[in-house]
Amino acid sequence: MSNVLVVAEHVGGALRNVTLSAINFGKQAASITGGKVHVLVLGDGVDAVAKQLADGGYGADTVHLANGGQFANYLAENYAPAVAEVAKAVGAEVVCSPSSTTGKDLLPRVAALLEAGMVSDAIEVFDDGGIRFKRPLWADNVITTVEVSTPVKVISVRTTVYDALEGQPSAALETVSISAGAFDGAEFVSFDQVKSDRPELTDADVVVAGGRGLKAGENFEMLMNLADLLGGAVGASRAAVDSGYAPNDWQIGQTGKVVAPNLYFAVAISGAIQHLAGMKGSKTIVAINKDPEAPIFQVADYGLVADAFAVVPELTQKLKDAGIGG
Amino acid sequence: MKILTTVKRVTDPDMKVKIKPDGSGIVTDGVEYKMNSFDEYGVEEAIRLKEEHGGEVVVVSVGPDASTKEIRTALAMGADRGVLVETDADLDSDAVARLIAEVAKKESPDIIVMGKQAVDSDRNQAGQMLAAYLGYPQATFAFELSVADGWATVGREVDGGTSTKRVKLPAIVTADLRLNEPRYASLPGIIKAKRKKIDRFSPEDLGVDIASKVNVLVFEAPPEREAGQIVDGVDALIGKLRDEAKVF
Ligand SMILES: Cc1cc2nc3c(=O)[nH]c(=O)nc-3n(C[C@H](O)[C@H](O)[C@H](O)COP(=O)(O)OP(=O)(O)OC[C@H]3O[C@@H](n4cnc5c(N)ncnc54)[C@H](O)[C@@H]3O)c2cc1C
Ligand SMILES: Nc1ncnc2c1ncn2[C@@H]1O[C@H](COP(=O)(O)O)[C@@H](O)[C@H]1O
Repeated sequence: MSNVLVVAEHVGGALRNVTLSAINFGKQAASITGGKVHVLVLGDGVDAVAKQLADGGYGADTVHLANGGQFANYLAENYAPAVAEVAKAVGAEVVCSPSSTTGKDLLPRVAALLEAGMVSDAIEVFDDGGIRFKRPLWADNVITTVEVSTPVKVISVRTTVYDALEGQPSAALETVSISAGAFDGAEFVSFDQVKSDRPELTDADVVVAGGRGLKAGENFEMLMNLADLLGGAVGASRAAVDSGYAPNDWQIGQTGKVVAPNLYFAVAISGAIQHLAGMKGSKTIVAINKDPEAPIFQVADYGLVADAFAVVPELTQKLKDAGIGG
Repeated sequence: MKILTTVKRVTDPDMKVKIKPDGSGIVTDGVEYKMNSFDEYGVEEAIRLKEEHGGEVVVVSVGPDASTKEIRTALAMGADRGVLVETDADLDSDAVARLIAEVAKKESPDIIVMGKQAVDSDRNQAGQMLAAYLGYPQATFAFELSVADGWATVGREVDGGTSTKRVKLPAIVTADLRLNEPRYASLPGIIKAKRKKIDRFSPEDLGVDIASKVNVLVFEAPPEREAGQIVDGVDALIGKLRDEAKVF
């Protein structure tokens, strides 16, 4: 009863990198509980994902593969009982997954099935006479240390604080069959993916984010040019998404994605606490805003008080001229 | 159609909370409270469902006596009656879900519309747990909802784009911020709300043990970022990024 079960995430047959961060968290948890790291891959024809996780040296001890028609598309109703079943079978004390939209949807349902306490967005796991977790709340203005009093603990992991492990021993690969059947009354209809050649926001080294001050969707183009030069991703404030300038998938903040790149540009974003919650962990923050009083300058390492429409293209051009990026 | 919707009383999201020096909690003196932002969207959607399909909207809150204010706000927006599960205890989402499950068993709603997340504790759990406890399907992070022939079709905001899911009623739907634009309570609405009924239960009445599965040991402030510098132009910025921050 001291093992760790990490639920892997994949999209379109490809492993999502956030899974690797969750495995790193899982390995740290296992070193406290004194157990092994088990990884569960649920899907239909996802052998390649399982093989990659087993052979990649990411820190798993055993990878369990469960293929089944009811897992072809992610549905919490079908995945949660399967995760609960495997958690019991492997004697998991900790069940974890990335705090992605899938993890957020799935894990509370798993926790209820296992009668387990759940911690959302864990940023630290440590031993203090028992396993403890730290998590942010109140839009990241408070950090609490929590203990879970149930035998099983379900944890969603804030993946930006955990790198992928490399060079660990490879893992055993086992096929499992799930006895729980498909849920009657939930149907997957479609997934409309925002097509992009850019890195995922949560993985990107550089993020260029725009706000309501950009005034139109087409003005995000200059941010895309800068992002593409630096191999980065493009993000947005909630106000920019609500105004229809950017897709919802780009929203950064308390209720969007949390990012922590090496370099974050906040362009025409005022810096509301809900936005800061999603980017305060970035290494270097640059703010471009024409209002010198904008709160974003209080968290920025470098602030440029200027009109974005003038300086963003200038910055992109001068970086190119200096041979940076590209 | 009977619609259940939930509201949590939370600290004003635009205020920065302060932590007590001994780390035992947050400073509550002088703090303002309001309805959790996501629940405003949930209540609005519940009322729209009633406007389209007829029926009744029942609004449930778990919390102290003061939560009647947030229930009255929902009633003033157009909900029909309230249920307060009264407790001063600081509950985890699991206890909240188990309490609301008991209310749902009494009410037998066709659909339960909740917020996706309480913006104080930022857990994003109660709806999904409630769905599990009731054996209902769930459609979280909704930005679009329509109901026909005993099924709800829900557009959901997910990583990588949007997705659509169909759930058979009764089901749980949790609201994201682009689901609708919540209405303001009108003056006649506020006056009417005063006469609407609020039933009260204690956790004991509902037979629920509210002991937390997750216990908070310490509250602390996150490390502050050091204030940065204003640079005067693009050239200066590039210089700093290259030579000082060394990001290129
Ligand atoms: C429950 C809740 C959850 C929320 N979750 C999130 C979240 O996850 N993420 C998020 O971002 N927000 C979130 N918000 C919203 C948040 O409170 C702010 O409203 C939002 O972040 C503001 O976005 P903005 O900075 O783009 O817009 P504004 O606040 O309108 O700022 C626009 C900025 O652009 C500047 N500007 C205008 N023109 C130019 C120009 N030409 N050049 C340079 N600068 C210019 C202005 O000076 C201004 O500072 C949430 C709010 C609530 C209540
Ligand atoms: N104390 C409460 N009373 C009523 N509803 C609640 C309460 N706590 C949480 N909820 C509902 O559950 C949703 C998710 O809450 P949480 O899991 O705490 O983030 C909220 O948006 C509310 O709709």
